[in-house]
Formats: sequence, structure tokens, C-alpha cells
Amino acid sequence: MKRLFELFFTFFKIGLFTFGGGYAMLPIIEREVVDKHNWSTKEEVLDIFSMSQCTPGVIAVNSATFIGNKTKGFFGALFSTLGVVTPSIIIITIIAAFFSNFAENEYVIHAFGGVRIVVAALILRTCINMFKSAIKSSVQLGVAIASFLMVAFFGASPIIIVIVSGLFGLFFIKLPKEEEAKSNV
Amino acid sequence: MSSLLRICFEFFKTGLFSVGGGLATLPFLVRMSNHHPEWFSHSDLANMVAVAESTPGPMGVNMSTYAGYFSHGVIGGILTTLSLVTPSFVVVLIISRIWEKYKTNEKVQKAFASIRAAAIGLLFSACFSVFIAAVFPGFVGTGLPSFQNFNLLYFALFAVAFVIMNIKPLKKIHPIAYIAVGAVIGIVFSL
Repeated sequence: MKRLFELFFTFFKIGLFTFGGGYAMLPIIEREVVDKHNWSTKEEVLDIFSMSQCTPGVIAVNSATFIGNKTKGFFGALFSTLGVVTPSIIIITIIAAFFSNFAENEYVIHAFGGVRIVVAALILRTCINMFKSAIKSSVQLGVAIASFLMVAFFGASPIIIVIVSGLFGLFFIKLPKEEEAKSNV
Repeated sequence: MSSLLRICFEFFKTGLFSVGGGLATLPFLVRMSNHHPEWFSHSDLANMVAVAESTPGPMGVNMSTYAGYFSHGVIGGILTTLSLVTPSFVVVLIISRIWEKYKTNEKVQKAFASIRAAAIGLLFSACFSVFIAAVFPGFVGTGLPSFQNFNLLYFALFAVAFVIMNIKPLKKIHPIAYIAVGAVIGIVFSL
């Protein structure tokens, strides 16, 4: 029961401080889910994030459902999912009811200018941390660079990238020894 | 009541068929507005996007709460959001169970070793576009911005923020604290 409330409040925090969608939540997920609670490894967070892009629905919500289920089964998934959407419901309802010109408020606009800069720096730091723990071979490095170029400069859909890279991995990735040993268990 | 049921059903469909982040739900909302102008108009939608982008929380969730509240009040906002997340909750739960069962399988591990690498590429490209949005204010669109939009002050703040958060004792500071400081600096510098 305690774990369920931990999941709810952790994802409540994540929902409350995610500015700008799926990717912006990663630095906080890294801190809360990986470093603080040890519910997932960095590699698992990347796997979950990839699957969340390809499953229907909102990426941040899907990631919450995945991590919740992994940690505490059905009820873990339920509490995490409700946790990540509750701040939005509260904040948007208050703003829609009382401050409908919220988005034009000059303090809001300036605060967002500052938040964007900090979030960009936080995401870059998380990217580098994840890169260090996930990229272990030159083939993987090649896949990462190809996927970056395809999305950043050719506007490829992340879904296509995930599917194509998965098929590529089936045929061209060699697992390091320790992982092979694990997979034979 | 039947109108409330109908809008919940529309959001259930949106949750089931919209894939991807950010504004993936927007085309569904435009369609809803075409079929049910009494719920919200196109210009209401434009305001909803502006608010959803300038409040915390996932865009799709913010949009559905706003649309539900706007057309059917507080209960509407809660129910449309729950309707939006229900289909993905079920789908993700099923995929999650399958993944837990097969993730030690060698073939699955090979596929994910490659997907994980591709995800790093996705992350860096997201980082790249967030960086462009932060440091080239006024630039809209995709691809490379023109240098005219480059703002040295914004870039300097980005560089300082990145260096500070990588200094060893400061690494422990929670990302939320950095975000809060960013908001204050934004107001102080009128960014």
C-alpha cells in the first residue's frame, strides 16, 4: 500500500513539473524512478520510452503505466497513471475557470522563457547520462547517429525509427557475453 | 447527460487512435469541433493549445481536461481525461505484461539493444529541438533556424545552466529546483 502511494506521488510530481511533453519528463524520471527509488534502470527507462512512443495515447501517461505495472502490477499502473494526470486536471480546471487569458500573461511568458532554457540543459544532461549507459558497441553508436539524423533533419516518425531499429537489431546486433549468459537462463 | 457520454466516447477514440507526443491529439479535437461546434469552436481550440503549452503536464492530457471543462464543466474535464487515458492504459498493460515475460529472450534483447540505441538518437534530436526553441527565440518551424534568431544571452544562460548542473556537488540538486530557478530567472531577465 505504501508503495502504491509512493508511485502516485512520484508521478504526481512528474506530471506537475513536466513542461512541454514526453521528453521534458525524462530528467525527473531519471532522478525519481532510477536514482531515488530504483524502480527501473536507465536501460529499462529507454526501452519503456521507446514502447510508449509506439503505443496509442499520450507518451508521458504510457510511460507512467509501464513503470507502474513493472513496479507493482495492475494497481501500480493504476496509481501511477492517475498520479501523472491529476496535476493537469487540477491546474487546467483552475486556469480555465479563472484565468482564461493565462497564456498571454507577461510573467507567464517570461517564466516560460527561463524554464525552456533550463529544461534544454536538463535534457542534454540526461541524454549524455543515458548515452553513457546504453551505448556499448560501435553498431549501437551507428544506430543512434542514424536515428538522430533521420529525425532531426529528415523529419522521420519516431514510430518508424523504433520499428526499423528493432528489426535491424534482430539481425545485426551481437549481445555482449554477460547479456548472452543472462538470456540463456 | 447524453452529450457528456458522447464527448467521453470521442476522447476514448482519441486515446485509442492518437499515437505519438505533443500535438498528436490536436487533429482529433479539430474533427470534434467540426462535428460538435456547440462543444468548442476552432478559436476556442487555439486558446486551449496556448494554455496547454504554457502549463505543466502532458499536452494531450491538458487539452482533454480543457476541452471537457469548457464544454461540460468540472465533471466533464475529469471524465474526458479519464476517457482519454483508458484505452492506452489497457493496451500498455497488455504490452507491459508481454515485455516482462519475454525481455530475457535473446531475440528480444537484440531488438531492444538496437531500439535503445535508436532511442538515444530520438532523445538527442528532441534535445536539439528543445535547444533551438530555447536559444533561438522567435524561430518557429522545423529544421535549422536562421542565425538572425540566435540570442547570445539565452545561449549564455543555457551554457551556464548546463555547466552548473554538472558540477559534482550540484549534481544532486533536484531537476525541479533547477526548473523553479529557471522560471525566476526568466521573469528577472524578461526572457
